[in-house]
Amino acid sequence: MIDTPVLDKVLSEALRHGGDFAEVFAEDRSTSSALLDDGRVEELSSGRERGAGIRVVSGETTGFAHTADLSESGLLRAAEAASAVARTGGGGTRTVEVVPLRSAGAGGGSNRPAGSGTKAETLELLTRADEAARATGDAVTQVQAGCGSSRRQVLIANSEGLLARDEQARTRFSVSCVATGDTGLQTGFESAARTLGFELFDEVSVEELARLAAGRALSKLAARPAPSGELPVVLAGGSGGILFHEACGHGLEADHIVKDASVYTGRVGQQVASPMVTLVDDGTVGSEWGTFAVDDEGRPAQRNVLIDHGVLTDYLWDYLRARKEGRVSSGNGRRQTYQHLPMVRMTNTFLLPGDEDPDEIVAQTPRGVYVAKLGGGQVNTTTGDFVFGTTEAYLIEGGKITEPLRDANLIGNGPEILTRIDAVATDFSMTPGTCGKDGQSVPVGCGQATMRLTGVTIGGTAE
Amino acid sequence: MSTTLDPGRTGTDAGDPTPPGAPEDLLALAERVAGWARTGEDIEVYVARGDETEIRAYAGEVESLTSATSAGIGIRVVVDHRLGFAWAGSLDDSVLGETLAEARDNATFATPDEHVQLAVPDGVAAIPVDLWDEGLASVPTTAKVELALALEAQARGADRRIRQVDHADYGDGSVEMALVSTTGIRASSRKTSGFLSVGVIAGDGDASQTGGGYSVGRGFEGLDPGKATADAVLRAVRLLGATKGPSGRQTVVFDRRVATTLLSVVSSALSGEAVAKGRSFFAGRIGEVVGDHSLTLVDDPTDPRAYAAATYDAEGLACRRNVLIDSGVLRAFLYDTVSASRAGVSSTGSAVRGGFSGTPGPGCRALTLAPGPEGYDEEAVLAAVGEGLFVQSMTGVHSGVNPISGDFSVGAEGLMIRDGRLAEPVREITVASTLQRMLQSLVAVGADVEWLPGIAAGQTLAVGDMQISGV
Repeated sequence: MIDTPVLDKVLSEALRHGGDFAEVFAEDRSTSSALLDDGRVEELSSGRERGAGIRVVSGETTGFAHTADLSESGLLRAAEAASAVARTGGGGTRTVEVVPLRSAGAGGGSNRPAGSGTKAETLELLTRADEAARATGDAVTQVQAGCGSSRRQVLIANSEGLLARDEQARTRFSVSCVATGDTGLQTGFESAARTLGFELFDEVSVEELARLAAGRALSKLAARPAPSGELPVVLAGGSGGILFHEACGHGLEADHIVKDASVYTGRVGQQVASPMVTLVDDGTVGSEWGTFAVDDEGRPAQRNVLIDHGVLTDYLWDYLRARKEGRVSSGNGRRQTYQHLPMVRMTNTFLLPGDEDPDEIVAQTPRGVYVAKLGGGQVNTTTGDFVFGTTEAYLIEGGKITEPLRDANLIGNGPEILTRIDAVATDFSMTPGTCGKDGQSVPVGCGQATMRLTGVTIGGTAE
Repeated sequence: MSTTLDPGRTGTDAGDPTPPGAPEDLLALAERVAGWARTGEDIEVYVARGDETEIRAYAGEVESLTSATSAGIGIRVVVDHRLGFAWAGSLDDSVLGETLAEARDNATFATPDEHVQLAVPDGVAAIPVDLWDEGLASVPTTAKVELALALEAQARGADRRIRQVDHADYGDGSVEMALVSTTGIRASSRKTSGFLSVGVIAGDGDASQTGGGYSVGRGFEGLDPGKATADAVLRAVRLLGATKGPSGRQTVVFDRRVATTLLSVVSSALSGEAVAKGRSFFAGRIGEVVGDHSLTLVDDPTDPRAYAAATYDAEGLACRRNVLIDSGVLRAFLYDTVSASRAGVSSTGSAVRGGFSGTPGPGCRALTLAPGPEGYDEEAVLAAVGEGLFVQSMTGVHSGVNPISGDFSVGAEGLMIRDGRLAEPVREITVASTLQRMLQSLVAVGADVEWLPGIAAGQTLAVGDMQISGV
């Protein structure tokens, strides 16, 4: 994207007025998406965006400017703008030379191109999903199927001599259904998403996704209002991982820690969860949705154990927060696009599996709620209070899964909930999601095996 | 921090800017590209350009300063009732032709649909709304930095219980756009905005609580760090000592800021596209009573006080006032050109789009409820309600509110209402009902309309018979 001598020049310009760190993040991103709705292929969309974000750090202050102009003069103008914050600093010239980094450690599959899928192939997949969903039952009255892929080339160079490149291909497929019955409308959703090109469809059946989405909407037509109050909850493997993303993942991001804006500040080395909890954030896992070779600061993705048998072992770090503590980044510096500053973000965050039988966990729960699928969640890291919402849930009565329940949010407090885990099974799986923080969205994975919480407040409408 | 287990959803902003004032170069560029249309095809060209500055202050210093310019183009092509779209984050000559070619290619794959078409001028006169602050461009960065630092300092010193300022941000931006089509649309607009946003953490012993405050405007002048700080501090401090509240059925009073979110959620069920596709609980109910007789809901983007006010909609038609629910009776839905054609009606001038990278669809810009009697503010609503729960903030709206089924379940924090006044604070509770029942159970609407960022006004609302889940 940008020649090395130009990078040297731009980084030198960025530090011309002072400052102790400069960085160029260049990105070239193409996206394409197709949407089938109401039985018709409504829209194919393609987009292309390229540009660079330049960061200058001077003491505690970061200057940032971005430009869509990747020419030498365009980059030099952005460097000049970003360096404005360093004006008050000592100044003086500094020559910067970047050296090509040893190939950025191939994170599984993320270097494979996306281009192999054609538009015609995409339409066929969408049509197959639509047909499979509608074939599930006459009560399925609406189907929307979407397929999106993106290819992102990034180049990161900084004044410490780092030069890294990565190419990330991502593909996702989703199906949303509406079912209509006497009780009104109900919805069902399912998706698959990987850091892969069209090879995604070698592993994923779009018909299966469609049947899951349609089945979810259909089953809820007979659903009764969710209970209100505190009950034991069994979370099925996969989307239940959202619990850890919200209950502690965000609270372990070092930007919250250094501002004392997390309930987990100062708790490294302490027992913060049930001994059954070993929590890992790992940007290197296969082709999961939160996987990459290097993060958006050029640091290779790595596996970080955050909680080991209930004991808090470490936080998640980006360059800036790590530098402050005199350590290295944990490979968690991410940004939505070149137009954003990087910050501490999760990658794939998951609970390691336990040794129990998932069916046994249900059988040993006399009364409670079984959550087969969660839709999302939200947390306040300072208080630790968080919610997560069900999109497929059932009552457990006498150790058996019985009636379906309408959607509801569950609410809890992170440090409290983590101590209430009393069973973890072996049936581990991962679910893709989109994580939003401070206005930026990034792809993440979360996962766990079937597990039980001894009590959670369920926000239904039944008394 | 919120997460959606839907890898396709991103955080793009809805709505676009649309006031008078003609960025002639953008119009000329859009006209030039539209001029490349071949026989038998229609083209719509949307171009936009923006500047923004964002400054975050922390501990008496600038934590970050971002300055940026961006521009882009979005092209829709309609050939034989098939639509194709492509966009690029650049206005360079080299990408214009490439983008058009890509949109053309995309069109060949769509299913032919007689309703697919571009907007045609409908004779409704545009009402110019002035959303441009001439002074913003000449405000030096140093003055913006000083304001951000002042905001942080005020928040830190406002109350002895404030132990941290999580963020103190100044931001401003300007956007200009032009829209030209081969079907006779020619529209342009420009808009500026400025904001202060502060988040504080109050502490008392081991307990911490958070609160946020804002001041928003069209530019730099008038932004009020005192207002933002006072709001943030009040919200954090009054929650100190909060415990998990009691379960039961209660009347709930929603704070103005929370009410904005509630109305925005209801608005998705009023989209003509959602209705046509069977994705709204309002479908087939025009003329029926859907709410309490005190409920009148209007979308009026021509009100210049509205944050998302606009002269033109995202297809270049004049924005207009639409009455959606009148005294509890459902009267109308919001349409863009395609959804209107599908329903056999005319566009209501309600197309919105997420900037140059998005395609238009129907949506609200400036939703308000007809206010209660004059002077009917939060205090008066609380007094009228007597006993209940005051909700200061909601969480999990994306994961617990479904505008298709109407199911409503959110996390909440706030204060109990006793003897018509705010009493002890509560947290870690949920509030649940259905949107359908909430509209029927509207108890009071405040006259305290405040326009906040978003597509709906803030005004205090009281809703009866909601299920609270706590201890």
